[in-house]
Amino acid sequence: MKKQKRPTGLTQLLVPLIALLLLVLFNLIRDPSFFSVEMTANNNGDPVLTGNLISILNGASEMAILAMGMTLVTAASGGQDISVGALSTIAASMFIKVLRGGASINAGTLLLGFLLSCLVAMAFGAFNGTLVAVFRIQPMIATLILYTCGRSIAYWINGGASPTVNSPLVSALGGFIPGIPIPTPVLIVLGVGLLFALAFRFTSLGLYMQTVGINQGAARLNGINAVGMKLLAFILLGACCSVSGIIGASRLSMVNHEQLMLDIEMDAILAVAIGGNSLGGGKFRMTGSIIGAYVIQALTTTLYAMKVASTDIKAYKALVIILLVVIASPVVKQKVAHLVGKMRSNAVGKEAA
Amino acid sequence: MENGVVLSMRKIGKVFPGVRALHNVDLTLRKGEIHALMGENGAGKSTLIKVLTGVYEKDAGEIHIDGEEGAITIRSPQEALSHGISPVYQEITLCPNLTVAENMYIGRTRGLFVSQKEMEKKAGELLAGLNIPARPKQQLGSCSLAVQQMVAIARAVDGDCKVLILDEPTSSLDDKEVEMLFKLMRDLKARGVGILFVTHFLEQVYAVSDRITVLRNGELVGEYEVGKLPQVELVAKMMGKELESLSVIKKENPDGEKASEPLYEAEGLSSSESRPFDFHIFKGEVNGFTGLLGSGRSESVRAIFGADRVTGGKVRMNGRPVRITKPYDAMRQGIAYLPEDRKRDGIIADLSVRDNILLALQVMKGFFHPISRAEAEKFADEYIKALEIKTASQDTPVKSLSGGNQQKVILARWLLTHPRYLILDEPTRGIDVGTKTEIQRLVLKLAEEGISVTFISSEIEEMLRTCSRLIVMRDRNIVGELRGSELTQEHVMHTIAGGGN
Repeated sequence: MKKQKRPTGLTQLLVPLIALLLLVLFNLIRDPSFFSVEMTANNNGDPVLTGNLISILNGASEMAILAMGMTLVTAASGGQDISVGALSTIAASMFIKVLRGGASINAGTLLLGFLLSCLVAMAFGAFNGTLVAVFRIQPMIATLILYTCGRSIAYWINGGASPTVNSPLVSALGGFIPGIPIPTPVLIVLGVGLLFALAFRFTSLGLYMQTVGINQGAARLNGINAVGMKLLAFILLGACCSVSGIIGASRLSMVNHEQLMLDIEMDAILAVAIGGNSLGGGKFRMTGSIIGAYVIQALTTTLYAMKVASTDIKAYKALVIILLVVIASPVVKQKVAHLVGKMRSNAVGKEAA
Repeated sequence: MENGVVLSMRKIGKVFPGVRALHNVDLTLRKGEIHALMGENGAGKSTLIKVLTGVYEKDAGEIHIDGEEGAITIRSPQEALSHGISPVYQEITLCPNLTVAENMYIGRTRGLFVSQKEMEKKAGELLAGLNIPARPKQQLGSCSLAVQQMVAIARAVDGDCKVLILDEPTSSLDDKEVEMLFKLMRDLKARGVGILFVTHFLEQVYAVSDRITVLRNGELVGEYEVGKLPQVELVAKMMGKELESLSVIKKENPDGEKASEPLYEAEGLSSSESRPFDFHIFKGEVNGFTGLLGSGRSESVRAIFGADRVTGGKVRMNGRPVRITKPYDAMRQGIAYLPEDRKRDGIIADLSVRDNILLALQVMKGFFHPISRAEAEKFADEYIKALEIKTASQDTPVKSLSGGNQQKVILARWLLTHPRYLILDEPTRGIDVGTKTEIQRLVLKLAEEGISVTFISSEIEEMLRTCSRLIVMRDRNIVGELRGSELTQEHVMHTIAGGGN
């Protein structure tokens, strides 16, 4: 019998890491100053870090957070949630509505806004999760519903075209906190990542999600509530949508329900795939998905730096992604493994001779 | 072709990737005969039927049919029909929302326009002729299942039907309905139709059949006249054991019946898959469920573990009433279950050996109390050594282990939870002889330590070697309980066959 080796451990991260490395090398050769980071003063006179590296780290924030949640949904349900862009917009609208509702915007209203937006997004996540886990609808079909109507719901929440808020607190959330030169979204990604790391460390989240994704029947026979786990994955993704939606809205201090985080679901799914995770569910590494998100953003930023017109960027991006996905495909991996094995046995043969 | 023979299949072979489903199978069906096709699950009955009805194409052999020169080829169900071969399947494949007459003629009329009147008239004549209590204009869905089944048969025999195939027609009928169906079968027999009757109900075979063809492991065991093959011999043939050659293994019986209360006790326990049954096991006892494949033995233990939806019954552990409706409840009571199909229900293929061993214990500890990596490695190491699991490392995905070692991993998973009651469903299927005896020895050792074990195996010898009490099942009912000196192969077979003592 032929043994098919699935990437385990670090080897799974090899492809996204190499992709990232190649992008870095390419940029270094093309323009050695590409990665220079400078400390400059922003409009408010606060010192902030700028440069391509920072804009990659900053720009990938929403995608990275969604990719984390998407990894869990993918692992447990063996499918993807295509409503995350729409749901993020709903969450953002909820956040802005709370801020606009109060007399003044202070830390308290920010917190209330976050909590309510999170609650709403988790409820919608539970809706998606129920369709998938209880009614056993294919995830992509189930989330198509919210994908279709989500932006209308976001519009209804505020009942206006593009509500804005004007507050230094909100600008700080989407930009820089005075005195801290690192963009706030980057810090938020770190925070969310840390929360997931803690969850994996102090609960059996990883084992349960993988077990359910690999063999739902066996998971049940081992006492795992498979339906509950799938539901949990979608609810956690809902929370991720809330956080990324709030970042997105804070960047511009407004919600444009038509445009905010448009097409981000595809990028988030792609990040999971580039991270070496099987989109069929089961075993996963969340780190891979996070790196995947930065690969995609690095690619976009590189193309911008190369002065590719924004209308053409998607086509170039697609080209690189085809390459990445093909390299990561099992067929190529097997061929490479075969070649490596051959070279090794040749080397051993020569040594022996 | 012999006189009176309506269908003859010779040296039929069918290979699926990796499996030889049929090899050198012969079948002869005579005019006006009810011919039972028997065998355990997986013996090749369905494959043979599917070859005959054009669902599969045969890889070898010849099929002859009365009135046609030379061997015929059947490449599709339509072709089978054109040769006069009509199947009626277990699940009724008619449309309940159409009328009886429409169901009888749908897809069989030529041309786009059909005279409703004429169709109903013809249907009425046919139904009357066969004594089927249904009106042509009646909606099919309003008829009982038995009548629906009979309508399906009427549809099948209308026209030039030489061979009628009935695949498990009685599985969802009650006794009265079965009798109705049998009457129809006898009517058709009198009209000269050859009926191939597939069932796993032994009594029904003896009630209506003239001859029996027995298959086992895709091969022909033989063709017998019903009168000359006692039920117990039929069982022996299906299981592949000749009665004469049965060695008598006497078991020294410690007998688990002590004055104490049973560890586990079920009264009228039933699930979506099993009929109500009573069952109990004492501390340190090894008992077993036996019966032919498909007799309901796995379904019974699954009901105990809450693996299928539990629909009724009372359960007591150590005399205290408990509720077990899902596997987790059973695990909380110290019940462990090693499933029959380890690939489908047991292993988590992509996860490591360590994670697979740890899974059940982790679930019992709870979501918020993960086992630390160091502890996990210690546990895994301990059980890999104790059960001599052959694996490259703890991190190896369990799917790359051999079947026997996968089984040991699942066994380790449950032993790690320190169960009070261990249910092993076919723990030795498909694994090498060495591992088999290891597992048998382990079962006895566990019993000595006070763990109760319920053991299911298709190999009777193995059960006689390990169990001190055998519960015998037939047609999803418990039909006997054997202990002490009754624990012999012959007794078991007689009980399975329904011959009693």
